[in-house]
Amino acid sequence: MTEYHLTTPLNLNDIVELQAGDIVYISGTLYTARDEAHLRILEWTAESRTLPFDLEGAAVYHCGPLMKRESNGWRVVAAGPTTSARMTEMTPGLLDNYNVRAIIGKGGMKDIAPVLKDRCVYLAYTGGCAALTVDMIKSVKGVHWPDLGMPEAVWVLEVEEFGPLIVGVDAKGNDLFAEVMERAGKVFELSTNHDI
Amino acid sequence: MSTLNSLSVSGAVEGIIRQAETSLSNDVIEALKNARDQESEGRARAQLDAILENIRIADTRTIPMCQDTGILVFFVEIGRDACIDFDMEEAIRKGVRQATKSVPLRPNAVEPLTRQNSGDNTGDGLPDINYSFVDSKTITITVAPKGAGSENMSAIRMLKPSQVDSVKQFVVETVFRAGGMPCPPIIVGVGIGGSFDKAARLAKHSLLRDLNDMDDFELEILEAINSLGIGPMGLGGRTTALAVHVEKAHCHTASLPVAVNIQCWANRHASVTLEAGHD
Repeated sequence: MTEYHLTTPLNLNDIVELQAGDIVYISGTLYTARDEAHLRILEWTAESRTLPFDLEGAAVYHCGPLMKRESNGWRVVAAGPTTSARMTEMTPGLLDNYNVRAIIGKGGMKDIAPVLKDRCVYLAYTGGCAALTVDMIKSVKGVHWPDLGMPEAVWVLEVEEFGPLIVGVDAKGNDLFAEVMERAGKVFELSTNHDI
Repeated sequence: MSTLNSLSVSGAVEGIIRQAETSLSNDVIEALKNARDQESEGRARAQLDAILENIRIADTRTIPMCQDTGILVFFVEIGRDACIDFDMEEAIRKGVRQATKSVPLRPNAVEPLTRQNSGDNTGDGLPDINYSFVDSKTITITVAPKGAGSENMSAIRMLKPSQVDSVKQFVVETVFRAGGMPCPPIIVGVGIGGSFDKAARLAKHSLLRDLNDMDDFELEILEAINSLGIGPMGLGGRTTALAVHVEKAHCHTASLPVAVNIQCWANRHASVTLEAGHD
């Protein structure tokens, strides 16, 4: 288990070195994106429209933050990760069209290792730990597509040493969540045989 | 005239929402600490340490512990001798709107098909308010903010009456399918019997109970769940669930509804009791 401190835009060489179980801290810019933002990114891509933000080497954060508007702009109140599984089907489209190098979320995504292979990593942050992230988010640089509503808009967050993030799925085909679920599946199967 | 009025109900509702969103009850905190002490794996311990530190910060600074401040579910116990001569439902809705601004809460309520956000956590049928009658002249309002991560992993199944022995299996299967998605360690609410909708309601209500209060059947299910090894955040470990709570109701002789309502570690709820006599 190695600890890495990375800065955005992320370099492909840095990403492919990471091993499932490694610890990562990210500094730079995070783009929040969940269900509606993914849908719109794919919609605009299909229409050959240019996105209002640059995903080259980006870290995408599965997060619908709780924000408060103040006289000098937006302030982050709480911003933990959301369930990544809802974005599973939209992730291949995202990665085929943009060089997103890290996806931050919680809970993992089913059968995602082949999708990420050689191009992106999945970094897990402890779900629900929204108050813990506040001090690591230094500023809100902007918001795109506010018509989607506060949780679904794309927020541009400036972060410093955002972490600890666990490499849940690396770019080499290893998936911590899948390993745990495979073991759980065996236990579940055994109990099924006993009970019925 | 009632000694209680709309304004004070709205204020009290705003207060319990703030309390629920920013602090957890001791039974939950103690269960999380015990779970942390029982984990030998560094990764599982690190998840629980982060959760406990997050709870401390949220409480100290009075900020929501999770950005998903949930949809707001209320349980209102009305004393048989209580007097309510104002629009109770509107008073609660007003309290939700106030809390949305003051706590603040993330606006989570959207029209289900257009996905248009109402902006204030109210809408058709939201907040969800459940009423019951009790022997008193007071009114007790409990709020349980419910996040979507765990709610989405919930399930209901209409078992056959011949499948009583499969109830446990269905609960374990639901938790297995949820994996790391509902932010484990979770609390598992189970409703058995009633009807299709009643079973779900029982499951949700059971989440309000003290975590330590479990009977042998509940402990047996808990043990089966924790043997899966899903662990905190699905990264492996001993504690997948902190508690299993079952509530039952009589049901049709031809039915066996079973609902499993999954609750993330942030088992948020808070109550207030208000005097509501005649003036």
